[in-house]
Amino acid sequence: MSIIEIESLQKRFGAATVLDGIDLEVAEGEVVAIIGRSGSGKSTLLRCINGLETIDGGRIVAAGFPVQPSRLREVRRSVGMIFQSFNLFPHLTALENVALPQIVMNKTPRAKARENAARLLARVNLSGRAQAYPGNLSGGQQQRVAIARALALEPRVLLCDEITSALDPEMVGEVLDVIAELARGGMTMLLVTHEMGFARQAADRLVFMNDGKVCEQGTPASLFDRPQTAALQQFVQSIRNAG
Amino acid sequence: MIREFGLVEFLYLVSAMKWTLALSLLAFVCGGLLGLVVALLRVAPVAPLRWLAIAWIQTFQSTPLLMLLFLMFFGLALFGLSQDAFVSVTVALTCYASAYFGEIWRGAIQAVPQTQWQGSAALGFTFLEQMRHVILPQSVRIATPPTVGFMVQLIKNTSLASIIGFNELTYAAQYINNLTLKPILIYGTVGAMYFAVCFPLYLLSRRLEVKFRVDH
Repeated sequence: MSIIEIESLQKRFGAATVLDGIDLEVAEGEVVAIIGRSGSGKSTLLRCINGLETIDGGRIVAAGFPVQPSRLREVRRSVGMIFQSFNLFPHLTALENVALPQIVMNKTPRAKARENAARLLARVNLSGRAQAYPGNLSGGQQQRVAIARALALEPRVLLCDEITSALDPEMVGEVLDVIAELARGGMTMLLVTHEMGFARQAADRLVFMNDGKVCEQGTPASLFDRPQTAALQQFVQSIRNAG
Repeated sequence: MIREFGLVEFLYLVSAMKWTLALSLLAFVCGGLLGLVVALLRVAPVAPLRWLAIAWIQTFQSTPLLMLLFLMFFGLALFGLSQDAFVSVTVALTCYASAYFGEIWRGAIQAVPQTQWQGSAALGFTFLEQMRHVILPQSVRIATPPTVGFMVQLIKNTSLASIIGFNELTYAAQYINNLTLKPILIYGTVGAMYFAVCFPLYLLSRRLEVKFRVDH
């Protein structure tokens, strides 16, 4: 059963068409990686799914809720998002960052929320840093707190928007480990990533975007080893050259 | 009969100062509460609310406080609402302060990075939940130094209340001066009394500025 359904999605920024008729479905438990060049619309697509961007045409249904202004609260409760720049709340400790969504959205009592938060921090291997403020955490640690925070509302889908792009190379691994662990646990995930090795290894399906369209999709092996379109062939080639 | 400026006269000034402080405090509290509403409307996601806040801010920032005092004093009396100078002054200062606080706090709210709005929006927070839990706690740090700075303005501006006959420090100074005919001594003393209240606030604002700059 599809947990995300996108139908002929259109998104424009001024005169520029960023998403041009996207059709995409994500099944429950599936890990889908979206790849493509910068500017191909990957991040915008992700931001449309939880309503951070308004759409100009088409239809999105996420976790059973139509993505439209009146239903955003339900959509976002079920669809967690993790950002490239972490977006943690700097005035709150790691623990409070993870507890806050439950307190606000579920009216969970403070003590109970903190208990849950401690458990979530343990899940991302940060039990020792619960009382630290984001400013005193490394990039990798901050991103793991952000993952714990996104999990706090027990979402059915996680959207990951280039979550390792702002990290120093030595911290990429610790974040991807957590994501891989979540994938093994059956979490549905839609990730925009530049980590091709990781995409290949963790994703059930790759979606290659080009010029605001889904250009090609399939298993990682089929896409990397037998690219059908010229655009993807070029893209794979450019990665090989870089790597 | 001309009196000397002695202890009794000085104590009279001190007791009038209570009204200056009371007026300042009241204007700060009422103006602050109203100013918070103005600031929230000013950044609200609904355009007409923002226009309303802009109109409010511009109206009270672009008219002299003295005109505001006259309008309140005679206006409230005209509509039979109040003939009390204290009420008129409080209302006028509240409107005046709310416009400035609204603008100061709007700046502080908008100084919080967009990513904080996005991070909290993605968790499903409503506008007011974002404000309360994420944006305002961070704005307070940014807003504190200019807020304290404006309090100094507010205290000094209460002296205008003397013109419509409210017996605060400046009014009392005029009264004592009429009795003693020692304007330099009297107004010098009163100036020093304002200074004694405002200067520590100024120092506080400077300290907060430095403190928050370091923390950021």
